[in-house]
Amino acid sequence: MELSGAQILVDSLKREGVEYIFGVNGGAAMPIFDALYDENDVKLIPMRHEQGASHAADGYARATGKVGVALATSGPGATNLVTGIATAYMDSIPMVAITGQVFTDFIGSDAFQECDVIGVTRPICKHSYLIKNCEEVADVVAEAFHIASTGKQGPVIIDIAKDAQRNKTTFKYPETVDIRSYKPQVNGDPTQIAKAAALIKEAKKPMLYAGGGVVLAEASEELQELTLKTQIPITVTLMGLGAFPETHPLAMEMPGMHGSCCANYAFTDADLIIAIGARFDDRVTGDLSKFAPNAKKIHIDIDASCIGKNVQVDVPIVGDAKNVLTELNKLVDTADIDPWRDQIQEWKQKYPFEYEQKGNKVMPQYVIEKIYEHYSDAIVVADVGQHQMWAAQYFKFTKPRKWLNSGGLGTMGFSLPAAIGAQLGCPDETVVNINGDGSYIMTIQELVPAITMKLPLKIFIINNMYLGMVRQWQELFHSKRYSAVDYHDNPDFALLAQAFGATGLRVEHPEDVEPALLKAKGINDGPVVIDFIVDEEENVFPMVPAGKGLGDVIRGLS
Amino acid sequence: MDKEERHIFSVMVENRFGVLARVVSLFSGRGFNIDSLNVAETHDKSVSQITLVTHGNAQIIEQIYQHLNRLIDVIEVTDLSAGTHVEREIVLIKVATDNAQKRTEILQTAEVFRGRVIDMKPASIVLEVTGDEGKLEAAINIFNTYGILELARTGKIAMMRGATN
Ligand SMILES: Cc1ncc(C[n+]2csc(CCOP(=O)(O)OP(=O)(O)O)c2C)c(N)n1
Ligand SMILES: [Mg+2]
Repeated sequence: MELSGAQILVDSLKREGVEYIFGVNGGAAMPIFDALYDENDVKLIPMRHEQGASHAADGYARATGKVGVALATSGPGATNLVTGIATAYMDSIPMVAITGQVFTDFIGSDAFQECDVIGVTRPICKHSYLIKNCEEVADVVAEAFHIASTGKQGPVIIDIAKDAQRNKTTFKYPETVDIRSYKPQVNGDPTQIAKAAALIKEAKKPMLYAGGGVVLAEASEELQELTLKTQIPITVTLMGLGAFPETHPLAMEMPGMHGSCCANYAFTDADLIIAIGARFDDRVTGDLSKFAPNAKKIHIDIDASCIGKNVQVDVPIVGDAKNVLTELNKLVDTADIDPWRDQIQEWKQKYPFEYEQKGNKVMPQYVIEKIYEHYSDAIVVADVGQHQMWAAQYFKFTKPRKWLNSGGLGTMGFSLPAAIGAQLGCPDETVVNINGDGSYIMTIQELVPAITMKLPLKIFIINNMYLGMVRQWQELFHSKRYSAVDYHDNPDFALLAQAFGATGLRVEHPEDVEPALLKAKGINDGPVVIDFIVDEEENVFPMVPAGKGLGDVIRGLS
Repeated sequence: MDKEERHIFSVMVENRFGVLARVVSLFSGRGFNIDSLNVAETHDKSVSQITLVTHGNAQIIEQIYQHLNRLIDVIEVTDLSAGTHVEREIVLIKVATDNAQKRTEILQTAEVFRGRVIDMKPASIVLEVTGDEGKLEAAINIFNTYGILELARTGKIAMMRGATN
């Protein structure tokens, strides 16, 4: 029996085990939406904006580890997906983004709603396909899922012309995928691993530095084994939070610009850094010339092009973190480094994350502490800004895939749609969205599908009436010239939530924080929005000013 | 570490539309320069060979190598400058020949470079010169003194000496 390209596409997605596809309809994708109309296995989730669709697919992927799927029409539909694709690319999130394209004969003619999607997305995706023939659909889908989910994961684009969606052919799904030009290296070189073990043995001041790659590789257990076996102190980056329990005595909390003083001082003093699925990002290292001046570096990464990019590495190991750590764990023992451990404990005790209660204001950090108290097991989806940093600092993550945020691209508007994807992917978990007043309104329209689907999202807005993170930089580095950051014209988010059809609460006093959080706990037939009106000019500390070394961290409180 | 070096990469890619764009945009997106580029099918029709000359310090060359390797459609990348290799390029040079004496001189000069005449008109002549970079530069400099009307180069092609693998 012959099937249309669109039907083959949907059947192929089914073969890949796709549960949800997030999209917005439009002319050049109509055959695909039509094929999804009476489809039960692959559930179509209509979003209100394509950016929301790509972030939702991304959130689903981050929470579950499976490939997220987004769907949009050609032209503006496709360009609206772009921010979400770039966001996923920067954080190596497995995603397949499908876009309709104009009829093959019209391609290149500036046809209505035509856009060279392959061209636009070339630098922000792992790979892309333009399908002009329905015969290619099944093979392309199989390859796209394989590429998105293996090696260094990332988004893959499938742009499919409308005639390829309509034309018919027989459906035959490939049993296996073999791409001669794509063979990711998953096993680390044994000699390099042995060298790493030898360096670990010699080191007097070693530290583990783990990133999002550990989460992506599902290597948290192996990381924990390495840490516990060697008893080497560990810092986990913003992208990796939860890969090692932050509550453990060896945990130094996250490093970098708004990281813990302890982790930053440790980098500066260490004689060996063991980087695992972390990429020496500028937000972590500060001024590179002052970064870890005394340390040898072992770098374990799936992506060879990531190693040696920012810092010189002594022992590069290309491979999957899970495989490499399994091998490394066989070669290591408890490190004999008591004085160093004592030093770390001293820094930890001396410089915890801390803030000052100002008068009767609701302090943003206090809100996060209370959220942690009442939702410690939740999946937390943060947006971008000060609230993101406070959430990372004051919420203690103990398991992987519980902390979702746009770390690489820093995309405002990410969190609400990503929370929708996470909740659908993990229906039995509580999903808490920690949002900023500026970020929230960038994708606020996605409250609609959340309400329609009765998703019990806990949407907590840390409302400082500012683009707070930018205001903080203006306060510190631009003589308080608050250009274009004043958001006192924000709508009343509680009332607005009610207008959408959700529960909306407003909290203005510290004593109302807990009762509101408890009330939200009890509402599970749809989203709850709590608008926390917090101290407007609170800053995020510690802070390593841009261009400074980690040792120059401003601690904030005395 | 910071010394700039010239490198020739041989990049075997799938012979499909869009592949060259991926290779080239890798350079443009990172601000790396391409000094010369040649692309053609190989004896295996499903494979194209891209010969690409670029320059940069050791770290940049390493990045280029790794990023080329990371592209899905790239089958194999070889840094030919890392071993002994042969390289050739063809240049077509159109020179003005206003009078008979100048034409004789040009033809004699062409001899020196083993250049071949591939077209001759009353007022101009087209020469083909093959060689490595040094030879082509020398030829171009000399012919420039006669007045070059037009010039086209293929870009370098290269391969390792001896049997591969
Ligand atoms: C799409 C986008 N535009 C601009 C920025 C720059 N930016 C980074 S943080 C920030 C402020 C975010 O404001 P808000 O959501 O209110 O969070 P706050 O910092 O106040 O907690 C801005 C504008 C960005 N990261 N993303
Ligand atoms: Mg704000």
